[in-house]
Amino acid sequence: MVDVVSPAASAPPALRVEELVYDYPDGRRALDSVDLEIGQGERVALLGPNGAGKTTLALHLNGILTPSSGVVEVGGEAVSNESLARVRQAVGLVFQDPDDQLFMPTVAQDVAFGPLNFGVPEGEIPDRVHRALAAVGMADAADSYPGHLSFGQRRRVAIATVLSCEPSVLVLDEPTSNLDPAARRDLAEVLDSLDVTVLMVTHDLPFAWQLCPRSVILDAGRIRADAATPEVLADSALLAQHRLELPFGFDPGPRTQ
Amino acid sequence: MHIPDGFIDAPVAIAAGAVAIGAVALSLRGARRELTETSAPMAGLTAVFIFAAQMVNFPVAAGTSGHLIGAALAAILIGPYAGVLAMTVVLSVQALVFADGGLTALGLNVVNLAVLATVAAWWVFRGVFRLTRGRLVVAAAAAGFVSVLAAAGGFVVEFLLGGTVPLAGDTVAAAMFGVHAFIGIGEAAITALVVAAVAGVRPDLVYALRRLRSSDPAVSPAAAEKVTA
Amino acid sequence: MEGLYLAGDSRIHRLPAQVKVVAALFFVLVVVTTPRERVLAFAGYAVLVAAVAALAAIPPLRMLRRMMIEVPFVVFAVLLPVFGLGERVTVLGGVSLSVEGLWAAWNILAKATLGVAVAVILGATTRPQDVVGGLARLRLPALLVQITGFMVRYVDVVVDEATRMRTAMAARGFTARHLNAWPAVARSLGTLFVRTYERGERVHVAMLSRGYDGSAKAWSLGTSPAGPTVWATGLALPAAALAVAGAAWWSTW
Repeated sequence: MVDVVSPAASAPPALRVEELVYDYPDGRRALDSVDLEIGQGERVALLGPNGAGKTTLALHLNGILTPSSGVVEVGGEAVSNESLARVRQAVGLVFQDPDDQLFMPTVAQDVAFGPLNFGVPEGEIPDRVHRALAAVGMADAADSYPGHLSFGQRRRVAIATVLSCEPSVLVLDEPTSNLDPAARRDLAEVLDSLDVTVLMVTHDLPFAWQLCPRSVILDAGRIRADAATPEVLADSALLAQHRLELPFGFDPGPRTQ
Repeated sequence: MHIPDGFIDAPVAIAAGAVAIGAVALSLRGARRELTETSAPMAGLTAVFIFAAQMVNFPVAAGTSGHLIGAALAAILIGPYAGVLAMTVVLSVQALVFADGGLTALGLNVVNLAVLATVAAWWVFRGVFRLTRGRLVVAAAAAGFVSVLAAAGGFVVEFLLGGTVPLAGDTVAAAMFGVHAFIGIGEAAITALVVAAVAGVRPDLVYALRRLRSSDPAVSPAAAEKVTA
Repeated sequence: MEGLYLAGDSRIHRLPAQVKVVAALFFVLVVVTTPRERVLAFAGYAVLVAAVAALAAIPPLRMLRRMMIEVPFVVFAVLLPVFGLGERVTVLGGVSLSVEGLWAAWNILAKATLGVAVAVILGATTRPQDVVGGLARLRLPALLVQITGFMVRYVDVVVDEATRMRTAMAARGFTARHLNAWPAVARSLGTLFVRTYERGERVHVAMLSRGYDGSAKAWSLGTSPAGPTVWATGLALPAAALAVAGAAWWSTW
């Protein structure tokens, strides 16, 4: 495992998953003894083909799914019924389709939804909403109807809906899917400016290369690789084995940042 | 088509409003059982579906076409209580946002199209489903047909009690039931075809099957967990 | 969802949605309880409605177009004097009309038209999302507020999906002209339901992820509460209607 951002010695990892097994209700095994530890402030890409179990893993990280066996810890605290509200506040999940994430009639209501449920006093809500929207460059959209925003704007507002909960970990499911190149660049800038731990489920290898120093490959429910992103992307045999592919002409040299 | 303001006199319209409020309150209690914790988004998206489905034209002949009312479909797909709520919201949004259906006639429209149609559809569905030993399509068709007649029946009663129009009650009744028997055939066909289509791909989404066939292993409670899988 | 909304910044637009909904309902209640013989009262109501429409800056033609929704009932009303029962009068040299039918036609036309006009003004000056907030402020049960909110939020999404499905069918040569198109159209509706329901499932997961506990607090956020002055402003319309009704009553017109 590559420690790119070394966490303070005493701080517990932001996320820790140990021997996580999950079987679908029909008995198929979705996750097969997954081990993963993500330090505070790390940015990690979770790569893998369709059906690898990436989204299923993400849904365990804030207790939407309950493991068949194994442990999930958030900031050192095990996910359980008792810790559920704290865990869901601490781990912000951004789903793939912003139309699923943005279910309220207005943007501001959507951004306020989490904080209101997590018991933030109503007096602090407007400020929270404003800061979260400002962080993704959408402060002017507070009063809008989500259907009037572009897809890229909706994606950014979707991120604001969890930022307003002030999470310590952001889990993004395919954040660049369906984005045009300009919206993709805007999103990269937004994500790069955030001061949180990030786990990003993606097929978009250049995006992972740009933002995440570390990459993990999940395939058929198991972790297959866990290393520095340039190293993972340079291993063409590994990529091919897990149906991952760099865009034509893309050279994953050392990151220049 | 929804009753406008002034078509039925004020006392009957207000009484219907009270009946509608009572029925909706009962449905709110019942829906908690039907939908467990998934309630709001499922009932909400079903209301959206009914609204969108009403906009789809089914060609009849010579350029004319009909469309779905949807009460029977709602009852079968998400259950009678949640169905009443979804239909009530559809009618309320049509009145408040689209000026379709009078504001003071909302109670009348809810009683006819959301309450009577949905509840009658559910009873008939359940009866026919048991009688035919689980013939889903037949039960759905019967429910669709009866839902329209039940709504028409509600209108006839309201008309007899508070009609502002000098037409003989029996004439109106005969005309309403005649026309609506015809409309009911269309509703029966659409309801049966749509329910069959849904049951073909995701039988676990059909409330009536979950409820009435709970011993059937093909529709096990496990299917409900597909939600997040 | 757009509904009938016409963007604007008039005083009517600025009134909180809950006030407008209640005012519209009370106004129409006054209208429908007015005996049809008080013809001048209806003229008074029409003046009030026209004044509010003017305050809201709704172009008259637009207003009329939106009111077309009541045309089927107009046709029905026009036929009433022909088919109505009871005493008849002869007009235009030989056309026999039912007196009671004439009154009934007038009653329906006047009341339904005033009702639809007020509803059009309500729709034109109130964004659908604010109607949801207004209903939440009127303490509608949480589940009903939420269902209404999802409806306002997702109608466009689902209608778009239905349109894409229809386009895909048309691209493969499908035309819906006869009864034999029904199975295919119904199948597409079945698919639409499955997709819509699955979206509901995903929305539910997204809500749980953000601590959803069933309450409807968030749905009224961003809508303004209405103080006594605002309520008084809004309820001036039904109050004026009541005054008109009273005047018409005493003057025995």
